[in-house]
Amino acid sequence: MFDKDKLTAIKAEKDQWDCGPVEKACAKFPERKTTFTTISGEEVDRLYTPSNVADFDYQSKLGFPGEYPFTRGVQPTMYRGRYWTMRQYAGFGTARETNERYRYLLEQGQTGLSVAFDLPTQTGYDSDHTFAMGEVGKVGVAIDSIDDMKVLFDQIPLDKVTTSMTINAPATVLLAMYLAVAEEQGVPYSNVGGTVQNDILKEIVCRGLYIYPPKPSMRLTVDLIKFCYEQVPKWNTISISGYHIREAGSTAAQEMAFTIANGITYVQSCMDRGMEVDSFGPRLSFFYNAFTNVLEEVAKFRAGRRYWARIMKERFGAKNPRSMMMRYHVQTGGVTLTAQQPLNNVIRVALQTLATAYGGAQSLHTNSYDEALCLPTEEAVTVALRTQQVVAEESGAADTIDPLAGSYYVEAMTDRIEEEIDNYITKIDAMGGTLKAIEDGYIQKEIQESAYRFQKEIESNDRIYVGINKYTMEEPSPTNLLKVDPKQREIETEKLEQFRARRDHKAWKAALDKLDEVSRTDENVMPTVVEAVKARATVGEICDVWRNIWGEYRPKEFV
Amino acid sequence: MAGKKRIKVIMAKPGLDGHDRGAKLLARVFAEAGMEVVYTGLRQTPELIVDTALQEDADVVGLSSLSGVHNYFFPRVVELLRGKGLDDVLVVGGGIIPEEDVPGLKDSGVAAIFGPGTRTEDIVKFIEKEVRTQ
Repeated sequence: MFDKDKLTAIKAEKDQWDCGPVEKACAKFPERKTTFTTISGEEVDRLYTPSNVADFDYQSKLGFPGEYPFTRGVQPTMYRGRYWTMRQYAGFGTARETNERYRYLLEQGQTGLSVAFDLPTQTGYDSDHTFAMGEVGKVGVAIDSIDDMKVLFDQIPLDKVTTSMTINAPATVLLAMYLAVAEEQGVPYSNVGGTVQNDILKEIVCRGLYIYPPKPSMRLTVDLIKFCYEQVPKWNTISISGYHIREAGSTAAQEMAFTIANGITYVQSCMDRGMEVDSFGPRLSFFYNAFTNVLEEVAKFRAGRRYWARIMKERFGAKNPRSMMMRYHVQTGGVTLTAQQPLNNVIRVALQTLATAYGGAQSLHTNSYDEALCLPTEEAVTVALRTQQVVAEESGAADTIDPLAGSYYVEAMTDRIEEEIDNYITKIDAMGGTLKAIEDGYIQKEIQESAYRFQKEIESNDRIYVGINKYTMEEPSPTNLLKVDPKQREIETEKLEQFRARRDHKAWKAALDKLDEVSRTDENVMPTVVEAVKARATVGEICDVWRNIWGEYRPKEFV
Repeated sequence: MAGKKRIKVIMAKPGLDGHDRGAKLLARVFAEAGMEVVYTGLRQTPELIVDTALQEDADVVGLSSLSGVHNYFFPRVVELLRGKGLDDVLVVGGGIIPEEDVPGLKDSGVAAIFGPGTRTEDIVKFIEKEVRTQ
C-alpha cells in the first residue's frame, strides 16, 4: 500500500522523533508506565505509523464488505441496510412471567428473542428432580414440557420473530419443542428462524453444562445440524461460542482461537458424517464477548472473520461464500461488570456496544448494569436496550462500514491477533485436534493461566479497574434487586404432576421406547425427538433415555 | 503455623452452576499461600461436599455460587457438617450473593461471604486467622 522510499523516510523520521521530542518529553514527564498493554496483555506502542503495516495489501487483507475474506463485514451494506438485531437474553421464573418480559421487550423495540433456560433445563433435569432443588426458574425460565414452551411463546408469532435459545446438551429436545409449538401456530418449519447454541465443546472446556461424554454429545450436535439442513433451512444450527471462554478468563486472541478450533471440529464432524461443507456451512453461526478495550475488540472481530473465511475456503474447500462468512452474535462482557458503583457499568456496556458496532456483529445483547448483583430488573434491562439504540441511532457508528479500517493501530492489531489465532490452531492441530487438546486440559489451562494473570494485575494495581482498585467509595447497600419466587420449584412440580397425569400414557411410552431404539443406531434422532415431545415426554425423561445409553460425562479437573 | 499441619481447604461448586472461574482461581491462590487444596469439580450435592470434607479431614470448606442457589445450599452444607460432628470446619462462601442475604447465611453458620471484587489476599488472611484461632 505504501511505496518503499516513503516507508524508509517515515521510519527515519519516526526514529528522529523517538530520539528527539519523545525522549525530551519523557525526561521531563515520564510516561505513566514502562509498558502499555491491552486488557488481554497485548503490548501497545506509543504510536503506529505506516511502518507497522508495511506489507499491507488492501485487496488480500480487507477486500470489500460481503466479499472474501470478509474482514470488513459479511454484508455488502451492513448497518446502512439494517441495524444489528437487538436481542436481549432473558428468562426467569415461570414460562408465563418470561412470556410477559418478552412481550414487553418486543413492545420496546427489541427485534429478536433470546431464551435463558434455568440450569435444570440446561442439564436435562425436570423441575421435580432432586438435583433441581434450589435451581428452578433461577437463572432462566423452567421448561419441562411442550406445554411450558407453548406458554413461553403465547401471542408471539413464530414466523415473525427469530428466537435464539441458549441450550446445548439438550438442544435437540428444546428445538423439537419449539418446532412443535410453531406447527401448532400454523407456521411451517420452512418459515421458522432462529438459533440454538448447540455448542457442546465449550461446555466441556469452560461453561460446564454438559450431560453426556464428548462422542455421543457430538453425535447429537451433528444430528441437529443435519436435520435442520434438510427441514428447517432458516435455522442457525449452532452458535460456536467464544463468549464463555472469555468469561472464564481468556484473552481476546484466545477467545477467537479456541472458538475457531471448536468450529473446525464441528465442520470436520459434519463432513465425517457425509455432509457437503456447503450444505451446512452457511448455517453455522458464532457468539462472542465484547470487553471495554474498544480497539482490541474491533481487531479481534476483524481478525476472526478473515481467519475463518480462509479456513473454510482453504482447509475445507468451501465454494459458497456464505459458508465462509463468520456471522456472529455478541454479548457485552459479564465479567467486566462490577458490583461496586453499579451505574458505572452503563458506561462500560456503552463502550462495548460501540466496539460491537465497529466490529460488524449481526446481533447484540447488552448486559444490564445490575448483573453483578442479581438477575436484571426491568429498569436495568430497558437502559441496556436503550444503550444499543443510542449507539445505533445517534453515534454515527452504523452509517459507514468498518470505519476503523486503515487505522495503523487497528490493522496492526488485527494482523497480530490473526497471527496468534494461527499459532494456536497450528499447535492444536499438532496435538491431534481440539478434542485431544481438551482431553489433555491444554485449552482449559491456557484460559486459567490468563484468568490468574489478570487477577494478579488487578491486585498489584498494575491494571486499574474503576471502583475496584481505584476511585473506590463507601456505598449504601443496593436495593431494588429482582427476586425470583422461592416457591418456584413447588409451582413447577405441581404443574408437572398434572401434565403427566393428563397425557396418553401408551403413546408417551411408545415414543420413549422408539427414541431408545433409534438412539442405539446411527439414525438421526431428531425426528424421533419431535415425536416424543409431541407425545408429551418431558426434557428430563428424554435426557434420561440417553443417560441410560451413554452414561454421564465427568471431566478431569485441571486446577 | 510453625510445626502444625497445613490448612486443608475443600473448594466446592454446589448445584448445577458451571461458573468455576472464581473457584479455580482461589484454589490456586490458596495453594500458593501454602494451603492444601481439593477442588471438587462441578455439580456437587451438599452430601457429596460434606463427604469430601470428612474424608479429607478438611479445615475449611469454600462454597462458590453464581446462580442464586446460595440460600438453599450454603446452610444445608453447614447443617450436614455439624450433623457429622464436624463443628470446627470453617465454611466460607462467595459468588453473586446479594448483600441482603448475607445476615441470614451468617446466622446459619457460614463464617464469611466474599463478593465480586474481593482481594484474594483478604480471603487468605481471613482463613489463616480463623483456622489459627480455633
